[in-house]
Amino acid sequence: MSELLIKNATVYDPINGINGDKMDIAVKDGKIVDSIGGGAQTIDAQGRLVYPGGVDAHTHIAGSKVNVGRIMRPEDSRSGIKPMTKITRPYTGYTVPNVYAMGYRYAEMGYTTAFEAAIPILKARHTHEELEEIPIIDKGGLTLFGSNWMVMDAIRENDLERLAAYVAWGLLASRGWGIKIVNPGGGEAWGFGKNVSGLDDPVPNFEVTPRQIIRSLAEANERMNLPHSIHLHCNNLGHPGNYETTLDSFDICKDIKPKRDRQALHVTHVMFNSFGGNNWGDVQSKADVIADYLNSHDHLTIDMGQMIFGSATTMTADGPVQYANARTFKARWANGDVELEDVSGVTPLYYSPQVYFYGMMWGIGQELALLTKDPWKVLLTTDHPNGGPFVNYPEVITLLMSKKKREEAISKIVPKAFEHCMIHTIDRELDWYDIAIKTRAGHAKVLGLIEQGKGHLGVGADADIAIYDIKPDETDATTEYDRVKAAFRKAAYTIKGGQIVVKDGEITATPMGRTYWVKTTVNNGGYDRMMEDLKMKFRQYYSVNMGNYMVQDEYVQHPVVVETEYAEV
Amino acid sequence: MLIKDVLCPFCGCLCDDLAVEVDNNKVVDVQHACKIGSSKIMGHDRIKAPMMRDDKKGEFREVSYDEAINEAAKILANSKRPLLYGWASGVCEMMKKGVLLNEEVGGIIDNTASVCHGPSALGVHEKGMPTGTLGQFANRADVVVFWGCNPVQAHPRHMSRYSVFAKGFFATKARRGRKVIAIDVRKTDTAELADEYIQVNPGMDYIVMSALRAIIAEHADVVPDNVGGVPKEKLVEIAETLKNAKFGVIYFGMGLTQSRGKYKNIDNAVSLTTELNAFTKYSIIPMRGHYNVTGFGNVCAWETGFINAVDMSRGYPYYNPGETCSNDLLMREEIDAAFIIAGDAGAHFPAQSIARMGKVPVVQIDPFHNPTTEMANIVIPTKVSGVELEGTAYRMDGVSLRMRKLVDVDFPSDEEVLDKIIAKVCEIKGASA
Ligand code: SF4
Repeated sequence: MSELLIKNATVYDPINGINGDKMDIAVKDGKIVDSIGGGAQTIDAQGRLVYPGGVDAHTHIAGSKVNVGRIMRPEDSRSGIKPMTKITRPYTGYTVPNVYAMGYRYAEMGYTTAFEAAIPILKARHTHEELEEIPIIDKGGLTLFGSNWMVMDAIRENDLERLAAYVAWGLLASRGWGIKIVNPGGGEAWGFGKNVSGLDDPVPNFEVTPRQIIRSLAEANERMNLPHSIHLHCNNLGHPGNYETTLDSFDICKDIKPKRDRQALHVTHVMFNSFGGNNWGDVQSKADVIADYLNSHDHLTIDMGQMIFGSATTMTADGPVQYANARTFKARWANGDVELEDVSGVTPLYYSPQVYFYGMMWGIGQELALLTKDPWKVLLTTDHPNGGPFVNYPEVITLLMSKKKREEAISKIVPKAFEHCMIHTIDRELDWYDIAIKTRAGHAKVLGLIEQGKGHLGVGADADIAIYDIKPDETDATTEYDRVKAAFRKAAYTIKGGQIVVKDGEITATPMGRTYWVKTTVNNGGYDRMMEDLKMKFRQYYSVNMGNYMVQDEYVQHPVVVETEYAEV
Repeated sequence: MLIKDVLCPFCGCLCDDLAVEVDNNKVVDVQHACKIGSSKIMGHDRIKAPMMRDDKKGEFREVSYDEAINEAAKILANSKRPLLYGWASGVCEMMKKGVLLNEEVGGIIDNTASVCHGPSALGVHEKGMPTGTLGQFANRADVVVFWGCNPVQAHPRHMSRYSVFAKGFFATKARRGRKVIAIDVRKTDTAELADEYIQVNPGMDYIVMSALRAIIAEHADVVPDNVGGVPKEKLVEIAETLKNAKFGVIYFGMGLTQSRGKYKNIDNAVSLTTELNAFTKYSIIPMRGHYNVTGFGNVCAWETGFINAVDMSRGYPYYNPGETCSNDLLMREEIDAAFIIAGDAGAHFPAQSIARMGKVPVVQIDPFHNPTTEMANIVIPTKVSGVELEGTAYRMDGVSLRMRKLVDVDFPSDEEVLDKIIAKVCEIKGASA
């Protein structure tokens, strides 16, 4: 029976509409409660900033592509080193930290939940092996379905029941939380070194289009009543002129009615998909057009995919993009095709502020966040480690809160960058409440985790709490950005499930977090039709037996299983 | 009782389609496996009990597990530069304990890859590795290259399950639809089955690759008439075949990693593969030996940031092959204790390293006698993973699967022994701190 009282907190809890109120927070047995007895352990926050624990809805923290990044980049593991202590295992790495540094660094920044954004089903066991080794934070992952043969076959035959049955089975097999779609159809095309170029470009050999894949999976998603919407990485990522494909992709889900209180579509790292122009000479930001769309539509959310200057390890199921990157920049290239399911690629890059299109990309991420009026619609991410490592979130927060900080940053970037974007013309500055949305509340809402007690501090919520060493009343974030950044880098306290895991920025305890996944029951003829097809595919085309494919319970030691049921809409 | 979908604990193919008949807690029949796989599962002579001796030339005496474990822990705790080597023929669960033990003793953890595919990892550091899962190759590949490897002997079911004779979604004609090229210094049984055999003079793989790259880049003019024993016309022909594939895959083995050029061969082979992707789709993949040697590389990477040869003497992981691999350390006579588990240093290390091991205390953890036993002071027998113990293993392509337990035995698992050693090491170190 552990009890904890946080006194004199300045609380921002957007899900419950709390905006800088002075209040106490009571914790009992890992949950937020109304009040507790007198004997509880007490932390006097002394008016400092208190947020719900941070939630990251899109990050690459575990699995084969992350590990390939580590293996390919020993030079990265040689940075960020912190020796072991009595409490902590050693930290290594910057863009591809080891599993321990992943958990510790998120916790040090006041984050308590992070979702891996790409699980290939065949390699899901590996993903969970790593997730299980990441200390402290709660986790979950999104399962890749966008170039899967079972998915495309069901869509071609217009059999939504069978499609949903397979997705349910795939989520069970991978212990996944939601549907991830990366460069729909392009993964299969990459199987023979090709790509798809637009939403109506048929996938070779499968006679379906990216548009059909997105639409059908979005419909299946609602029929399955999944907590999260589909999670889309658009076609044509990284290509000049791709913003049109992005807008078209948004439109596909315009009339889809979500069954839950959330968006019908989440589009990820939109920075990489907001390019105008025809080539790298005249490439330009179209963040304003994307933001206009978001300002006039309510069916979708996005995340920024903010770019951070310096070293990055790009990793994505968008195989063709990675090959193009490796060729263009003469960089190392790892590719990882997964039979019948998807592909992936890993390439280290260096984002130099002297390269104008990197400067433009840096601008676009912030433009998306600042030009979109509703803070709930754009989440703060760096698409770790694609745009840059997650440890840079405090930098991004200060950029969004302070025009002066942006001006200072702009002065270090090649001026030509600003002929291609508009960040230097934007005056908006976000406040503490906005940041709470963009770094926790919004993420929990988008993922469908509010019911799970994430992203807020209401009674019954998980006692995942961050206390930052800064007093909102006495701090002008628009000018004192160095202080703000320092505070967000090292939380004064991170409390995970009622336990103090970080004090003064140092790890004090390393409990194991939980893993969230969804189990959907599909009770119709679609299930039998799917099983027949699936058994055939295992017999003929998979290199593993069906009996060995599914992730066993042993690999998810602290599960939280959310159950849903399929129903026609 | 017939147990289905059994995984084979022998080679990197990690075949998962075996059926094993168990009667009265004894394996009586193994179906679908190749000869080497089934003989491992059928079982043979085991080390019966823990053993110790003070003098390496003396006789072993049987001791209790507690005594052997405590003595092993003492050796590790009192050592200044212990080497923890092996970590191949076991499950990932024990490898995680190995990394933890290495942290506790501030030693060097090194895996058998050190003497086989270690150079492949260096190639990956230099150039990456465009690869995929074996099923991808089975479904698509119409050009298959075996370079410096001989699956007929080392991976007996590789050709039938994944590479040459396997039917696939696009490779409907299986063997008849595939062009198979073997490149090796001698005509192996694999080369006998190939459509083309390219004999390379020993140590000349690197320049043959470079010549192919030059031809593919349309610089055939700079290639001399004969490269590494291969006539230029032949190379031009091979380059054409490679380029005209719909999907090509290069499997490579120790003929590349352990011959002249070592990691530079892999660096070059990866460059060749990457460049071929400008024309069509290409993949490259190392033929890994032990069924879970790939697992160690993965576990070590996610826990330490490095794939192998991790020195923890500074309190954080330090990796520098050439300095921190087993044989670097043994040959410099730095090692003052050796802990050998699930790998056989005695059979595979050079004489100079063995000589050093002869002078320091050696602890061996293994179900079976092998040449390392001859050098050991303490021997602790454990369960055979994948037969007597379940757990995780990574196939050569990085697909991980759960190995099954087929029979019950009284031996402890590697993991249990490691747990006890770690606890004892902490106790000793705690007391002296
Ligand atoms: S090929 Fe390898 S894994 Fe398959 S049965 Fe033979 S030894 Fe075992």
